[in-house]
Amino acid sequence: MIISVASGKGGTGKTTIAVNLALSLSNVQFLDCDVEEPNAHIFLKPEIREKFLAFIPVPEVDEAKCNACGKCREVCAYHAIAVIPPGDSGKGSVLVFPHLCHGCGACSLLCPQKAIKEVNKEIGVVEIGQARGMQFIHGKLNVGEIMSPPLIRQVEDRIDSDKTVIIDAPPGTSCPVIAAVKKSDYCILVTEPTPFGLNDLVLAVEVLRKMKILFGVVINRSDIGDDKVERFCQDNKIPILMRIPFDKEIALLYSRGIPIVQEKTEYKDRFRNMFNKIKERL
Amino acid sequence: MKICVTSQGKTLDDQVDPRFGRCQFFIVVDTDTLDFEAIENQSVQFSGGAGIQSGQLMASKSVKAVLTGNVGPNAFQTLTAGGIKIYIGLSGKVRDAVEKYKSGTLKPIENPNVGSKFGMPGKNS
Repeated sequence: MIISVASGKGGTGKTTIAVNLALSLSNVQFLDCDVEEPNAHIFLKPEIREKFLAFIPVPEVDEAKCNACGKCREVCAYHAIAVIPPGDSGKGSVLVFPHLCHGCGACSLLCPQKAIKEVNKEIGVVEIGQARGMQFIHGKLNVGEIMSPPLIRQVEDRIDSDKTVIIDAPPGTSCPVIAAVKKSDYCILVTEPTPFGLNDLVLAVEVLRKMKILFGVVINRSDIGDDKVERFCQDNKIPILMRIPFDKEIALLYSRGIPIVQEKTEYKDRFRNMFNKIKERL
Repeated sequence: MKICVTSQGKTLDDQVDPRFGRCQFFIVVDTDTLDFEAIENQSVQFSGGAGIQSGQLMASKSVKAVLTGNVGPNAFQTLTAGGIKIYIGLSGKVRDAVEKYKSGTLKPIENPNVGSKFGMPGKNS
């Protein structure tokens, strides 16, 4: 079973939920897919045993073969190519902006002159290790790179479906989130009872409904703010899987990189109960 | 000579648009006759690559100079590859920007003056 933990708003407690849920179960594979700023390793302290560089293919133009016809620019959905037509300034040229390239390969496939080949560009690293009896994998996007979905997919290529897979997704509702939650059987949306929490929860709910992924909500810091998140969930028949109060002790543990279940063992049962609730719904 | 001024509207009397890649209109104008063509910018809604595609359009229109408010790194690289001179910091009416250019007091830039995504809707507008 694959369970992803996501949220519209950042900083609501995705990693806290993912890490503690993982530590409460057995036979777990943990994937940190928040590759722009992975942080589950701070709590799980894995021993990394393998590293794989992650690449995407980007175009390289053979100037000798290129006649600046512009086909590559026309087919690039991400506007990563400019073609300067022949003129006073020369025979024309192709400019490639690799950081905008998604590596789809259309330009090289469709170049009438066969002037484009794909070369690998390193975007980050996938690290695999062991942490407290579970398999741990995370992706780390190189500083300055913006193309996280290919790296997220390379982390998820290593999903072991014999295990209970817990995915820590990036925040938001855009491409990286889609890439991270796509394969999941169930998604836990973590939110907080604030106007911002609600606003972004509504967006995340829309995304998951469109993707036809089952989901439920965890309300973190549930005793602050207002009751609008609760009401939204009730009105839309969204199950609330768990409520975690605003607790100084939890905040303190977090600040020291200690998972809640390690010190407050009663939470292990709460996370297991949540897992069972999810299992029943599937 | 053909030059281009980024504009918020379709005429020479509209205001210069301070963004290059995501300006609303390109006014391609003949500096001698003041004959012009207004081109609606299709790149405004791009999530990325607006500067590149706007720069590309300028190259395909064979303009010799671009007059605008600000230029980011990708647009700068594209325009420079097309041999197009870039003048920034212009404001007021498009017509006046053209006159300023013709007076010869403007100096082209040698580096982009803003970062990527400067002209994203809601960011600096």
